[in-house]
Amino acid sequence: MSGKALAIAITAITVVLVAIGTLWPGEASGTVYIAGAGTSAFNSNDTPEAAARSLFDNVRQRNWSRAYSYIGNQNEVDQRDMEADLQGTNDSLRTYSTLEPSDFRVLHQTNDTAVVRANLKWATAVGAFYETRDLNLTRQGNGWKVVWPSGKQPNVPPQVIPVNYLRWDVIFRGPGDDWGAQNVEAPHVRITSMKAGASGDNVVIMGEILNEDTVPAFVDVKATLVGKDGNTLGKENSFDKISHTLLPKEVSPFRIDFPGVRLAEVKSVRMEPNSSLVPASADPVIAVQHQQLQVDARGKHVLQGELVNESGRVVNIPHVIATYYNNQGQVIWVADGYVDRALLPGIPMPFGVAVPDDLASQVHNYRVIVNQYSQGKFLQ
Amino acid sequence: MTRKLLVGFLLLVACMLAEDAARGVELQLPKEVVAGADMAVPTMGSGSATFYLVGPAGTVKRAIKLGQEIQIKGEDVRAAGRYVAVITGDNGGSGGFWVMPAKVANVGFIAQPSRLPVALPGAVSGVVYAFDHFHNLVYQPQPVKFELSVAGAPTTTRTVATKDGVAWTRMDSGRKQGAAQFDAEVDGISARRVVQQVAGDPCNLRMKAQRTPMGILVETDPIRDCSGNPVPDGTIVTFTSVDSKGTTTVDARIKRDVASAQLPAADRATISVASGVVLGNEIRIGGAQ
Repeated sequence: MSGKALAIAITAITVVLVAIGTLWPGEASGTVYIAGAGTSAFNSNDTPEAAARSLFDNVRQRNWSRAYSYIGNQNEVDQRDMEADLQGTNDSLRTYSTLEPSDFRVLHQTNDTAVVRANLKWATAVGAFYETRDLNLTRQGNGWKVVWPSGKQPNVPPQVIPVNYLRWDVIFRGPGDDWGAQNVEAPHVRITSMKAGASGDNVVIMGEILNEDTVPAFVDVKATLVGKDGNTLGKENSFDKISHTLLPKEVSPFRIDFPGVRLAEVKSVRMEPNSSLVPASADPVIAVQHQQLQVDARGKHVLQGELVNESGRVVNIPHVIATYYNNQGQVIWVADGYVDRALLPGIPMPFGVAVPDDLASQVHNYRVIVNQYSQGKFLQ
Repeated sequence: MTRKLLVGFLLLVACMLAEDAARGVELQLPKEVVAGADMAVPTMGSGSATFYLVGPAGTVKRAIKLGQEIQIKGEDVRAAGRYVAVITGDNGGSGGFWVMPAKVANVGFIAQPSRLPVALPGAVSGVVYAFDHFHNLVYQPQPVKFELSVAGAPTTTRTVATKDGVAWTRMDSGRKQGAAQFDAEVDGISARRVVQQVAGDPCNLRMKAQRTPMGILVETDPIRDCSGNPVPDGTIVTFTSVDSKGTTTVDARIKRDVASAQLPAADRATISVASGVVLGNEIRIGGAQ
């Protein structure tokens, strides 16, 4: 069929379909709701699942008063607290997140009570963030309402916290300096361990890098895979699987992924640790408490613990990087995860980082570091 | 640089051709002059002619009266190297002479690195380029005195002769931290660079622990490197406590020579300390130490 004939045929079919639609319009029996589509939220509380879905669909639309109407214990929970719980505060990652259409499943139901598991997916700038909430619901009148946890958001009492940690500033060589005058030396960093492994269809390079200098360093690790024929198979860097700012004698793990490259094709790896001098502050100190390997509700292995911000400044977006070692002290995996709540001074914040199930049995030891993003990090 | 060399070479060729054109009469020129010094070239005959002076950094063209001396100012012979003088015409001639660098007036001094740990053998390097007032490299051998000193420690001195205008040395970093003055002196002209000598890795890292109402307070002894220098503030010291609730780590910063951290309370805990790749002692709380 020529192009002209095809165009005529498509036009004719379109005209026929428009005519049919105009002459015999369909009679809709009701509104069909498609999760995630359109701009209006689903609103029903006929069943526990519908009530939970309605609540979070209104949250997704940021229709907070409507979402709050699905809360059964309004005498205990303030709308503002619910908003803070779901929307986040203090410029945390949650405040930059958007709830996507979620999955709801009734775990348990009686005539008057029910438990619904909500598998929520938040879209964030650093990737999807999954949250599982088991919601308690009660029948109230003809409908179901969610019993929202009444815990208030932790707050830091007004106080003065003296902070007198060191801060480093840098003055680089200027155009007026003598010929031969030195510039400030880049920090000396060293890769202390490195391992190449495979994860699915990816080659993964991981290890640890040490700032062995007495000044802060901004570090990055690049790796080049060389194939058996001498050709370059790929060049990648550690991106956010590293703590970029390292204080003196600080060690950071790093992980570099090469998607679609098989380990058997690799002959050698060229590593390039780069460092540059940056202004930095020795504050804040974040303690990582009670770290333990656990199996979560979904049967996945996770490293869980608590972060405690020991400084007086809010850490807006904490980023946890975990290094897992085998019984010989070798790095066998590096995993990371963002915490979607801000770290307030002195208030413990739980975190969890995944452990690959196939490696969980080999994990003999682990180490967690916390990378942090705070507003005005270098301005204060 | 290559372009300059090419231009210089072409000028030289042009002068040699001009020299031939001047029918090979040799001008009375000195064999060597010092850069920047005035000089005079006698001429013979009478009438007018054109004088050319071609050097490595430029050419001078001047109308002259034959029979009178040609005055060449010092500024025309500032660049060291081979010069060719040519007088055109029937009574002309040509000749060449060398302009030698003047005495050392400037020192180019490159010191590396600008910051390094103490007590490293051969880690400090210094390179000296000796220049005269006109930025000519002074390639006659000159003694260069290198001196590395830090307050409160003996000074290290070494004398090296320049070769082709360059002298270099390697020195050990001292055992005392501080801003070391690295001096180079040639013929009374000196240049100074600062090499920051910093403490090395912590040595004999030790801590103590005590129970407090808040938990367990751990604090190191004053942290020093193996030469006795205090390790600088801001250096990371990691305390790790393992108890029944799991592992707790705190990356503490050294402040006024010591690092401390508050660890969670525990009936029994094993606490260790490390800084970089250096491990310290281990303490068992609620058991034998």
